[in-house]
Amino acid sequence: MEQLINLFIKSIFVDNMVFAYFLGMCSYLAVSKTVKTSMGLGVAVTFVLLITVPVNYLLHTYILKEGALSWVSPELAGVDLSFLSLILFIAIIASMVQIVEMVVEKFAPALYAQLGIFLPLIAVNCAILGGSLFMQQRNFTSLGQASVYGLGSGIGWLLAILGMAAIREHLKYSQVPAPLKGLGITFIIAGLMGMAFMGFMGIKL
Amino acid sequence: MKALRNLMDKIKPTFLEGGKLSAFHSVFDGFETFLFVPNHTSKSGTHIHDSIDTKRTMFWVILALVPALLFGMFNTGYQHYLAAGLLDTVNFLQIFGWGALAVLPYLIVSYVVGLGIEFTVAQIKHEEIQEGFLVSGILIPMIVPIGTPLWMVAVATAFAVIFAKEVFGGTGYNIFNVALITRAFLFFAYPSKMSGDSVWVTLNDTFGFGSAVSPVDGFSGATPLGQAAIATGEQVQLTSIVGEPLSLWNMFLGLIPGSIGETSTLAILLGAIFLVVTGVASWKIMVSVFAGGIGTVLLMNAFAVNAYMAVPFWEQICLGGFAFGAVFMATDPVTSSRTETGKWIYGILVGVLAMVLRVLNPAYPEGMMLAILFMNIFAKLIDYYVVNANISKRAKRALVKQNAQK
Repeated sequence: MEQLINLFIKSIFVDNMVFAYFLGMCSYLAVSKTVKTSMGLGVAVTFVLLITVPVNYLLHTYILKEGALSWVSPELAGVDLSFLSLILFIAIIASMVQIVEMVVEKFAPALYAQLGIFLPLIAVNCAILGGSLFMQQRNFTSLGQASVYGLGSGIGWLLAILGMAAIREHLKYSQVPAPLKGLGITFIIAGLMGMAFMGFMGIKL
Repeated sequence: MKALRNLMDKIKPTFLEGGKLSAFHSVFDGFETFLFVPNHTSKSGTHIHDSIDTKRTMFWVILALVPALLFGMFNTGYQHYLAAGLLDTVNFLQIFGWGALAVLPYLIVSYVVGLGIEFTVAQIKHEEIQEGFLVSGILIPMIVPIGTPLWMVAVATAFAVIFAKEVFGGTGYNIFNVALITRAFLFFAYPSKMSGDSVWVTLNDTFGFGSAVSPVDGFSGATPLGQAAIATGEQVQLTSIVGEPLSLWNMFLGLIPGSIGETSTLAILLGAIFLVVTGVASWKIMVSVFAGGIGTVLLMNAFAVNAYMAVPFWEQICLGGFAFGAVFMATDPVTSSRTETGKWIYGILVGVLAMVLRVLNPAYPEGMMLAILFMNIFAKLIDYYVVNANISKRAKRALVKQNAQK
């Protein structure tokens, strides 16, 4: 239990998807104009991560990993399908995103219109695929760990985009020099935010 | 006073349009409004007319910082002579004078670099000089260790003023506290010069005064927080740089190694009282930072698994930059939350994070600055939700009233 809580906190702050690995930057920079849409996209990313990481964990443990197929028959113990993991992970993610898209379209059409192209683009959001690949790389040992990691990473991403969106809404009243307006200043803010997040690096939990 | 006024009036035409030095009009304007309260008032919008303006507000903060700065100078000298074992041979003035000479270059470098950039930008943008750097310029030398090379201070100050302030439109628009960005930049860009044994106490001479000394036996320049971070065993025994145990009184007074201005809780307290009485800084933020910090430490004490977690709260708030950050950094009206409820939330989170970072992260025992920087990100988000909660609350109230009238 304690280990799970540690993993949760670590994946939000220390291994933050945006500021520790700079993953999912395209939608992070493009959608963070208002807090409301960021909240929508952030929740969608969190949800997709929460579903895909455990599903991919099961896929990895019971089908792809070396010797994973031994539960089918002992003869398959030597089979290593992990070269397929990238393509299968993407397939899982794409289908999950489809489901999320349908749900959002049905229940929150306003948000659906606001998110526009970025909702289907979650399918190729590197933060999502990154979550699954980190799960594989870090050798999580239980489904619980994988789910907690997925949820934590999603919340970390959500926090990052919310903070950015609130700052950008606030910046509407600032006199940002003309050449830096828009994306330029956003990159600078992202850099400074990354600096603030560096305070968490090295925390041992 | 009158002579000064006459002089200013006499040289004024030189700087006005068509004058010989009209290129420097904003420099002149900056000095004039610094010396005399200008009598022009805003002509559009609704404003409350008050004799205080941004320059005067900034000046109050500088006044509040003076006790801590003076004590920082004294402490720099004190630690120097203590390390050399010569404390009995020098008098108060020598100690203070030595420290003042060691600290002054930092003050000068930070002001020259920062104000230089401000002046240049004001000239280019054809604006008045913005006064925000008056406070940042004195904060920067106070939060760096005395062993920092001056060129690093210059580079970090330039980085912070340009990338944390000017690109956002200057004073009042910055998202992050300029002095904190300076500190964080130094911390992450030159980590080897920002930690270790020799940065908190200077053993060199300053401009030939005093002399480079060799430390006494048993000398260790680690700050009390640095000691606590590596402590083993049941209890932390904090010691001064020559190995004598530290009393709570020493910590409160500030006779400990640390960044130049942050060691003395007493001097900071004086500044805090001044800021609260004049109404310049928000007492809500100060109170909530301390409440958050103390609460976290009490919680850690209850579940202490190592010596650092068991350090009592009265020592924790006297050590390191906690008090300094709470009084002078977290209360920055530009970068903190601006709604009244938001201030409480912001302050408590700063206090909690500072203690968590300090105790759990062995790499950065001085976690206060990073905690405030981190909360600067979310200050705007807190404001956003506080404002929205207020809007929906009032909308609901209006709705209830409407229904009742029907």
